[in-house]
Amino acid sequence: MSASIQDLSVAEGTAPSPRRRGFFLGVLRDRKAAVIGLALIVFFVVLAIVAPYISPYSASSQSCAVYAHPSVHHWLGCDDGGFDMLSELMQGGRISLVVGFAATLVAMIIGGGVGILSGYFGGWVDVSLMRVTDYLLVIPDLVFAMVIADLWGANLFHIIIVIGILEWTTTARVIRAQVMSLKERIYVKRAKAIGAGHARIIAKHILPQVGPLLIANTVLTVAIAIYLETALAFLGLEDPTVTTWGTILEHAFDRTAISSGAWWAVVPDGICIALVIVGCFLFGQAIEDALNPRLKVAHLSLRRWKIRTLAGREADAI
Amino acid sequence: MTSLLEVDGLHVWFDLPRTAHQHGNQVHAVKGVSFELQPGERFGLVGESGCGKTTTILALMGLLPSNASLAGEVRLDGTNILAGGEDSVRAFRWKDIAMVFQGAMNALNPVKKVGWQIAEPMAFHGVAEGTAARKRAGELLELVGIPARSAERYPHEFSGGMRQRAAIAMALACEPKILLADEPTTALDVMVQAQILELLTRLSDELGLSVILVTHDLPVVAQMCDRAAVMYAGEIAEAGPMEALYHDPQHPYTRMLFAATPDLSGEQAVTSIPGSPPRLDREITGCPFRQRCDVPIDRCEVEHPSLRYIASGHLAACHRAGAHRDELAGTM
Amino acid sequence: MSEIEQALVPAPRPEATVPAPAPGIAAAPEQPGTAVPLLEVVDLVTHYAVRRGLIEAAARRPRRWVHAVDGISFSLQRGEMLALVGESGCGKTSTVQTILGMVKPSSGAIRLNGTDIAGLADRQMRPMRRIVQMIYQDPYESLDPRFTVRQTVEEPMLVYGIGASRDGRESLIVSALEQAGLTPAEMYLDRYPHELSGGQRQRVAIAASLVLGPKLLLADEPVSMLDVSVRAGVLSLLDSLRKDTDMGILMITHDLSTAAHFADKIAVMYLGRIVELGSAADVVRNPQHPYTKALLSVVPKRDPRDRQAAQILTGETPDPVDVPSGCRFHPRCPVAVDRCRVEDPQLREPAAAAAGQLAACHLA
Repeated sequence: MSASIQDLSVAEGTAPSPRRRGFFLGVLRDRKAAVIGLALIVFFVVLAIVAPYISPYSASSQSCAVYAHPSVHHWLGCDDGGFDMLSELMQGGRISLVVGFAATLVAMIIGGGVGILSGYFGGWVDVSLMRVTDYLLVIPDLVFAMVIADLWGANLFHIIIVIGILEWTTTARVIRAQVMSLKERIYVKRAKAIGAGHARIIAKHILPQVGPLLIANTVLTVAIAIYLETALAFLGLEDPTVTTWGTILEHAFDRTAISSGAWWAVVPDGICIALVIVGCFLFGQAIEDALNPRLKVAHLSLRRWKIRTLAGREADAI
Repeated sequence: MTSLLEVDGLHVWFDLPRTAHQHGNQVHAVKGVSFELQPGERFGLVGESGCGKTTTILALMGLLPSNASLAGEVRLDGTNILAGGEDSVRAFRWKDIAMVFQGAMNALNPVKKVGWQIAEPMAFHGVAEGTAARKRAGELLELVGIPARSAERYPHEFSGGMRQRAAIAMALACEPKILLADEPTTALDVMVQAQILELLTRLSDELGLSVILVTHDLPVVAQMCDRAAVMYAGEIAEAGPMEALYHDPQHPYTRMLFAATPDLSGEQAVTSIPGSPPRLDREITGCPFRQRCDVPIDRCEVEHPSLRYIASGHLAACHRAGAHRDELAGTM
Repeated sequence: MSEIEQALVPAPRPEATVPAPAPGIAAAPEQPGTAVPLLEVVDLVTHYAVRRGLIEAAARRPRRWVHAVDGISFSLQRGEMLALVGESGCGKTSTVQTILGMVKPSSGAIRLNGTDIAGLADRQMRPMRRIVQMIYQDPYESLDPRFTVRQTVEEPMLVYGIGASRDGRESLIVSALEQAGLTPAEMYLDRYPHELSGGQRQRVAIAASLVLGPKLLLADEPVSMLDVSVRAGVLSLLDSLRKDTDMGILMITHDLSTAAHFADKIAVMYLGRIVELGSAADVVRNPQHPYTKALLSVVPKRDPRDRQAAQILTGETPDPVDVPSGCRFHPRCPVAVDRCRVEDPQLREPAAAAAGQLAACHLA
């Protein structure tokens, strides 16, 4: 009657589900895009951390001529105020990334919370939360941001809040959808039948499953947050005394960098922003893809099954 | 006299992706399977999950994924249909040999009318087109016990049993000689199951259709089929007439499988088979069943038993078969 | 403490064994006939409202109901196994969900050791859940893939605060796993579900329900998704568990052969009603209701020579939203008469039946 030790062989073809330890490593191992994405993100984060120690000059004091060309002393030249571009980029990156991550944290906490509560409890909780989400979803991001920045004043903290408020809605919808389907899983129903309370079920059964999706969403939201920060700064809605990638662009356009031919005041900055966003997208998408059930499209593949000849093996008697 | 279908030494391997979980790089899913099928015969392919029965019939249709490799011959009226790979099989697919897939009733296209879905393969294989195809689709629906006017309905308007019948009608669209049915009644209620089995029996009798019924459900095969093969770990353990398999099993697995199946009479105790099937990604020495067998001998450890004749039409792959017939029959 | 909670306080258990039954509950008289049944269902009705669209609601069309369970009564004694048999749409799953308290009944009583638990609020239901546990059909879905076996079996204990220390809980877990046939338990403790076979997973689910010392086990098709060679093992496990711990088992199955082999009593359901109820032997050998007779005739037999004439009914079970008038089986019944179209038969003991065997048929 007892099951034998032999039974502990790999069970019938079930794919292992995302366990915390193995899943992210698995994603990195299977998808090159994820590695590139993560590398980009890590590179800029590390750069931001060590910026004060390795930046050649101060980003807030003049060290060269206005719009000086890139040279051996100033690899990326100087901007309209005579500040070293490379230093500005490094220092600016710190602020931009901080804003991006902080805003995303706000968005993730609100969005994750709303999504879980909405999906798990359903009923009027769901209806009311989703109506709020819908309202915010519909409001155009930049217009809303401009109005808030105007009303509250342009400083970094307000910008973080604004971006956070704008971005939680997508996360909420995505998480809600997953929680609604998770709620129907037999092991969740079993936990309820045992008598586990809502808090326990959410904490132990729902949250761990939702975790990877939340992280994927978070990474993608970082990209959008950084973009939004750039846009808001570019539109003049941020504190101009603070150096961020956005304000660098804003200064450059304001002070006719392009017509002066000073491409170094614009292009490297744009490239940095683009690289971070691309990195976030690559990594976030890779995680999202890994969470989807794998679709086998073998029948659409151009390759066919093969015929082998059996050398030296006898066919069994008929 | 050549049989309608001769499967001769069929082997199927699957290449595995290189991940941390797999140790070998290939799974030998079907190992030298051979059997014959006559016109109008109902043949059962029985086994538990992972034994290779579905892979075997997918191989007959050439419907294996790109990581599969095949060896052996499948002769339809004497012609080896696998000889040229995918291209040669395609000529026979659906026209001579058709299949009702596992869960076919859930695989109907939800946005196309049922009649259209039955007519589609006819057009594709050049059997009939347009009005003629639609008319024939109606006839096929009547044949499987659904009113012809239901051809204008969508699958969600059909019940589970009706959808399964529609799937059977689809398989019959090009008038095949052989119908492969993979677990056709597994998800259905017992009364609907009886209806479907009766339908398949009637089609086999009236149209001279040969049916290969793949299932894990022994009693279903016992009721419907004339002959059957029991598969284990990718091989045929025993094959022969249904009566011989039940009353005179020569392979311990066959005997134990029957013993594990409850019967309405409730007289004999039902016993399970301890252990589980061997992994197919590793080389197996000796008999694949020896770990779970209740009557192994020394020879089973080292020598792989080949499928051999015990009596006319009755084969078994067991070292103890034949010689100890009376002893084994006595334990039944 | 409320009356219910008082009745269910378990005796303090010795550390190394699965909990002993509670004093109040275990005190049962010798004769099974006079004992308070473990489970008594009386005229249970569970209807689900069919969701109306906006237009239908505005037009004030009468609400339609799914008559999932339409008035059933039966009882289950300690140590007994009752099989609820029927086809899809007959209401067996709804019955069990209502007993479990996952679904609120529309009317009727569900008495657990004499106490009515029908329609209790979640909070009051909580102490009851220790006594009533459920095994689900799908072993691949009923375990959280992120929980080890240890965590899965431990969870019920954490919910109810059993086992003061880690070690105390561990020994209970080990003994539950061994009772479920997973020996040596240590090999399984740190495994994840995807490393186990279907049969092993089902045993883990059984162990997780044993750990609270349930008195009533509800099993929804516990073996239908397992391989044939493994089924007998799990069913025998349930059988021996009920004999050893005096647990009552209510098992849903569509397989009459399984019911015939393992159950003491069989209740055949059709469209929300019990149409036949009796001991397994009586129901299988001497069926009284035409539906039971038809079902038994179409069950495939192992013996190829045993091919009796199958009484295959036409059509399929009607939608529980539109229940036929009179006897709900009459549209498909091979022996229906005029009376059957008009009058709804009650469950009673037919003349030709054994004692205690009931059937709801005018002609029985």
